[in-house]
Amino acid sequence: MESVTKQIADWRLATGRFGQRKVFDLAAVSVRELNQYLHKELPENSLPTVVVNNPDGAHSIAAGMNALVDIEINGHVGYYVAGMNKHARIVVNGNAGPGAAENMMSGLVRVRGFASTSAGASARGGLLVIEGDASLRCGISLKGADIVVGGSVGSFSAFMAQAGRMVICDGAGDALGDSLYEAVIYVRGEVKSLGADAQFEPTTDTDRAVVAELLAVAGFKHDPSEFRRVASARKLYHWNAEAGQEY
Amino acid sequence: MSERMTISPGQTPSGLSLESSSTFDRSVIDYVQRASATGLYEIRGLGAKRRLPHFDDLVFLGASLSRYPLEGYREKCSTKTLLGTRFATKPIELAIPITIAGMSFGALSANVKEALGRAATEMGTSTTTGDGGMTPEERNSSKTLVYQCLPSRYGFDPDDVRRADAIEIVIGQGAKPGGGGMLLGQKVNPRVAKMRTLPEGVDQRSASRHPDWTGPDDLAIKIRELREITDWEKPIYVKVGATRVFNDVKLAVHSGADVVVVDGMQGGTAATQTVFIEHVGIPTLAALRQAVDALEDLNMRGKVQLIISGGIRSGADVAKAIAMGADAVSIGQGILFSLGCNSHTYVQDGRHVDAVSDYHALGTAPGFCHHCHTGRCPVGVTTQDAKLELRLQPEVGAKRVRNYLKTLNMELTTIARACGKQDVHHLEREDLVALTVEAAAMANIPLAGTSWVPGRV
Amino acid sequence: MCGIVGLLLKDPGLRPRLGELMVPMMIGMTERGPDSAGLAVFTEPVEEGTYKISLYTGEQVVDWKGLLQKLRMAIDAKFDVVTSGNHAVLTSTASPSIVEAWIAEKLPQIAVLSIGRSIDLYKDIGAPADICKRYGFAKLQGTHLVGHTRMATESAVTPAHAHPFTAGHDFCLVHNGSLSNPHLVRRKLEPLGIEFETDNDTEAACRYFEWRLREGDDLKTAVQRGFEELDGFYTFLMGTDDELAIVRDAFACKPAIVAETDDYVAIASEFRSLAHLPGVHKARLFEPKPQEVYAWKV
Repeated sequence: MESVTKQIADWRLATGRFGQRKVFDLAAVSVRELNQYLHKELPENSLPTVVVNNPDGAHSIAAGMNALVDIEINGHVGYYVAGMNKHARIVVNGNAGPGAAENMMSGLVRVRGFASTSAGASARGGLLVIEGDASLRCGISLKGADIVVGGSVGSFSAFMAQAGRMVICDGAGDALGDSLYEAVIYVRGEVKSLGADAQFEPTTDTDRAVVAELLAVAGFKHDPSEFRRVASARKLYHWNAEAGQEY
Repeated sequence: MSERMTISPGQTPSGLSLESSSTFDRSVIDYVQRASATGLYEIRGLGAKRRLPHFDDLVFLGASLSRYPLEGYREKCSTKTLLGTRFATKPIELAIPITIAGMSFGALSANVKEALGRAATEMGTSTTTGDGGMTPEERNSSKTLVYQCLPSRYGFDPDDVRRADAIEIVIGQGAKPGGGGMLLGQKVNPRVAKMRTLPEGVDQRSASRHPDWTGPDDLAIKIRELREITDWEKPIYVKVGATRVFNDVKLAVHSGADVVVVDGMQGGTAATQTVFIEHVGIPTLAALRQAVDALEDLNMRGKVQLIISGGIRSGADVAKAIAMGADAVSIGQGILFSLGCNSHTYVQDGRHVDAVSDYHALGTAPGFCHHCHTGRCPVGVTTQDAKLELRLQPEVGAKRVRNYLKTLNMELTTIARACGKQDVHHLEREDLVALTVEAAAMANIPLAGTSWVPGRV
Repeated sequence: MCGIVGLLLKDPGLRPRLGELMVPMMIGMTERGPDSAGLAVFTEPVEEGTYKISLYTGEQVVDWKGLLQKLRMAIDAKFDVVTSGNHAVLTSTASPSIVEAWIAEKLPQIAVLSIGRSIDLYKDIGAPADICKRYGFAKLQGTHLVGHTRMATESAVTPAHAHPFTAGHDFCLVHNGSLSNPHLVRRKLEPLGIEFETDNDTEAACRYFEWRLREGDDLKTAVQRGFEELDGFYTFLMGTDDELAIVRDAFACKPAIVAETDDYVAIASEFRSLAHLPGVHKARLFEPKPQEVYAWKV
């Protein structure tokens, strides 16, 4: 897997160099106009930073991005901000509704406030940073992306998470990592309960290095050794563990 | 388990009492004993095997003196079908109202997916991805490809969303409404595993609810997101397994679907619990009636298209479904049988090769096999095994499926012409009567020779 | 299947503006619930011994003057009425159950929507914005309210099916989600003499909680019992004469967000319904945790 630090460095090279700003005020224009611009009307080169004001909880802001562009959203957003994001670097200066960065493929999504349910659901690549708390089902069906949560995550987080890494800085609700596949969770603070087939495992230097790198990229200052590792016991990988046995 | 003595009728000594039970017949006894031996429920493929009221229980009132028929060849009977006219700026136009249902790469081999794409393209119809993502083979071979968005989101990719011709949000499946996908480890080969981001060989059981929305009010927002991602170009279908169909179809329409797909309980699956297949969901006939009622209640007939699936087999089934109010049908299992599922032989370079011993090795025989879940398909259709999948050559499969679809379409227009229709979509439910009280009640169609519809006031 | 909104004004100075603050909240829930909308408004209670009965007249043209005369003839009590479109609030010193029985017998076309000393109830079919306009919601005054927009499945979207549902006196409930055992709950309550008007799952929840409150449970205890008895997915928002409360099921699949300031508590399914409230960007914003009861007193 490409190191997150390198990805971030690549974005820095590719974006934010030119300083122009293109402002959309969602009190005056529709999300459709904004997304149409982001999908079809971005200039070929010298990309501007796209600024979105007055989102006021609107849905699907900057969903379906497919370009290396910086997007700043000032305010709280509704469902599916940055849904299915590819390449773009999107910052929400506020809270996010359900399904933030769902199915993200690459790029960076940062939510400065809290994120509602199913943040990073099924995300396959890139990095999602939530500076506040994440609600239930954060990282559900995770498929390869990295998620760093500055606060806590709600119950059923990382449910059936298949691949990728989650770093949780301040505790988790019930049934963390239920029916986990190969994703790995690093959690600091109290975990109310683990889900079926999830288990705490001893951390190695490699684990601590991963946590250190993700914390650094996300901008959180914690001691990596305070994080516990949660991974799959792999006992549910086969439904018929006693195949061939008959009584 | 001890071996049981079998007694064939020819050898029956006199004086033995051999009265079998209707409640505990031999299949029930087998079920109890298998459950006792293994402590596991049975998993299998395909759909409901029990007898159900179905399209066979309806017949057409052909033209005669009160209505006038059309000639077979000279007089045109259109089969053109439009889907997604409500909101999509690029609706789909099909040459025939018969589409190929969603079946995953994983459940089916890559060869089969390619064959389906070729056949559908030649016939001017669409094919559908399935619960395992989109393969380049099927995208390249399919002119019109419907891309499914399922609870598992395996391999779901925005580039494929943009490459697709329509998006189908799958809420459920007729074989198992309320259940998630299932693919046993023997089919999770390296390529399938990579596409789904799963460990190789794992028994994959996927979620039953979508990860990022629950209920119709959220679905409306999810549909809007997919419209934003596709810049409102592509039709969005919503597929439901048939249960509370009247409500579900209404809610799908309220949520903003362009097309609603209703899959009855005879619909197939790659693998699920037998108890699910046989005991959850309602028959296709009843589901179709309720779906049409819902659209008519909302005055949405013709604005939102309805696709029905679940045990559509013949041109007669297609005609009856359209007459009852469907805009198109979708076929899964029929396509598998067309490819050679349950056939004694498979075709290699023009030669028929006997496969019976391979069925026996699975503990079944041609005509009875539902062992898709094992991945050991004797005719190379539902397998990921490198050797077995060669038994279905894409060009052979494509030709067979094309022939099947062509036959269905000819049968459909034969019936439509006989009923005096210049367009198959002009078939109406008054062209049908029912042969059984059950079918009359479920389909809301009079019993033949009477004006009686059970339950109609 | 819907959107929910709730607003409780802590600052008495804002109470004349209760309706005006609510209208954008309800309009924000149009996408979640395009078919019908309803609103329960709680005002300062009418004087001791007096009750308000909210009525829905539908297509019926009612001669209110004549009706009042007939009521006064039949029942020895004071009666007064304020009408708004096809809704009316009847105020009376008579026992509300007697008045309700009289209406049911003499004017079965008129539906009783709510009974209490604080609650006024409105529900109708149509887009939330139209309903707000139709009944002049923007002019409503009071301490707190509970509102709802609905995506319906019934053939006839009737006001009877629209939320808020009410039971007993000064109690209402709205629901986002879907219960999986509403008929069992109903069959448990009916033998206790509790009557149902619809087959709606929300009505089952509403009558269940009202029954528990009448049996002496406080709200928290009633909800705690509800976790055992009510199966399925729900976010419930409840109003009593002096309280607004919200609770979500253990899965918390149906959304809810709260904005609290020194002046008000506002609750909605989504932030877009809160975005236009004064000072919302300085408010404490949070999502109610699953299986926790959040309640605010007037």
